[in-house]
Amino acid sequence: MVSVVKRDLLLAVRHRSELVNPLLFFLIVVSLFPLSLEPDPRMLATIGGGVIWVAALLAGMLALDAMFRPDFEDGTLEQLVLSPQPVAALALAKVFAHWLVSGLPLMLMAPLLGVLMNLPGEAMLALLATLAVGTPVISLVGAIGVALTVGLRRSGVLLSLLVLPLYIPVLIFGAAAAGDAAAGQSIAGPVLFIGAMLVLALTLAPLAIGAALRISLE
Amino acid sequence: MNQIPFGSLEEFLAMGGYAAYVWPVYIIALAVLVANLVIPFRTERRILRDIARRLRREQRGMQ
Amino acid sequence: MWVWFHKLGSPRHFYRISGRLLPWLTALAVGLLAVGLAWGLVFSPPDYQQGETVRIMYIHVPAAVMSMVVYAVMAAAGFVYLVWRIKLADLVAAASAPVGAWFTVLALVTGSLWGKPMWGTWWAWDARLTAELILLFLYLGYMALYNAIEDRRSAGRAAAVLALVGVVNLPIIHYSVEWWYTLHQGPTTRGMRIAGTVHPDMRYPLLTMMLAFGVYYAAVLLKRTRCLVLETERDSAWVRELVKTT
Repeated sequence: MVSVVKRDLLLAVRHRSELVNPLLFFLIVVSLFPLSLEPDPRMLATIGGGVIWVAALLAGMLALDAMFRPDFEDGTLEQLVLSPQPVAALALAKVFAHWLVSGLPLMLMAPLLGVLMNLPGEAMLALLATLAVGTPVISLVGAIGVALTVGLRRSGVLLSLLVLPLYIPVLIFGAAAAGDAAAGQSIAGPVLFIGAMLVLALTLAPLAIGAALRISLE
Repeated sequence: MNQIPFGSLEEFLAMGGYAAYVWPVYIIALAVLVANLVIPFRTERRILRDIARRLRREQRGMQ
Repeated sequence: MWVWFHKLGSPRHFYRISGRLLPWLTALAVGLLAVGLAWGLVFSPPDYQQGETVRIMYIHVPAAVMSMVVYAVMAAAGFVYLVWRIKLADLVAAASAPVGAWFTVLALVTGSLWGKPMWGTWWAWDARLTAELILLFLYLGYMALYNAIEDRRSAGRAAAVLALVGVVNLPIIHYSVEWWYTLHQGPTTRGMRIAGTVHPDMRYPLLTMMLAFGVYYAAVLLKRTRCLVLETERDSAWVRELVKTT
């Protein structure tokens, strides 16, 4: 499992430029909101948590494609699935590696975007907390979608259709936490709920991903 | 059982002023329900016809 | 017992049995719907708060309930297909999807038409309507995935995985949307529950309509599955025999 993580990270580092695209997308999308509405600082602060979360979801979706497709195309995926190790464990390893180079950077970029959206300090911290627990859920659930569609050509839009509805619970709690924090309330509830979703995803998603990969490789 | 709460046909059609909402609901519902029931009936007949036609063509081809 | 179970999965056996059941089932569905519609539309009282718009409930609630029941059936059938490879289960799932989607659309449209006189807007982000909208996305995603994969077997299995993921998510989605909705309730509780406590004079027509929708779904499901059976088995001997004799 560790070797899978190491290999994926090495590959990711070699294709550094591809990693940056989702982050740029993240930045651009968030910037579109003040441009399309009015740059009133108070309004931006109110919608900031939601906007950043939506942008993170969309940017995360863009990054998903890199998860299994390259391996599918050069045959490595088939070998991984046929290997003696349980597919679920390998899937978990790959998702972890992917999260390290996609979800984690998104999370680290969030404070910058919080500044753009005029988020108060507490809201920013709340955002970071929810992104920290939420982005792994995005990666795990997204991986199921990728695994189901990896064999299809031009599966990008279909992937979004499949996966975005499943992201809605994370979005609801993630965005609400920023608002809660700005209002001086505790964010324990939303963070714990997303944490619970993370635990569920960690246990069930690898199984689904494994099943989906086997189906796609038929 | 229940009585009819409408005094006249006009009252019934007016639906207490909400006719613009209640009637479309029932009309749309009826349309959806009828269509979803009728279409599979026609589809099954069409499929059977297609298979029969192909079968006849095959038999003719073998003669 | 196993023989019966095996026979149950046989498309040919299914076709025969469903052929005998269907006339009765269809008649029952149409009858129940007629009774329910008459009861709800004519023979039931208006609500003292909502007036005649309460009659929308007799369509909206059964449609919404069925939209979720059908999804559960779809997921269960998918599970059976994944685990036991019974082809008929895949056909049942595929046949159910459009019907469930239509129920969902009906629930949304009637919900909107109910909301307009009640809340003043064509769309209100009420917890139930929002969850119903997300359910529609799940249905559409299922159908899109099924159609996108060319190999029928793989398509059925991939869609089954998706349906199971969806079914696990449904309670989570419902809970999240409820939570989100109560979070944003204003002091003026405009967001009253669409179906609150139901007066007994309204309960029976509502139950009749729910039963009617359920029987209707069964009839449509059998019919649609028969079509899929014919399509997937068109080259088999029993289908050829069947066509020759009709």
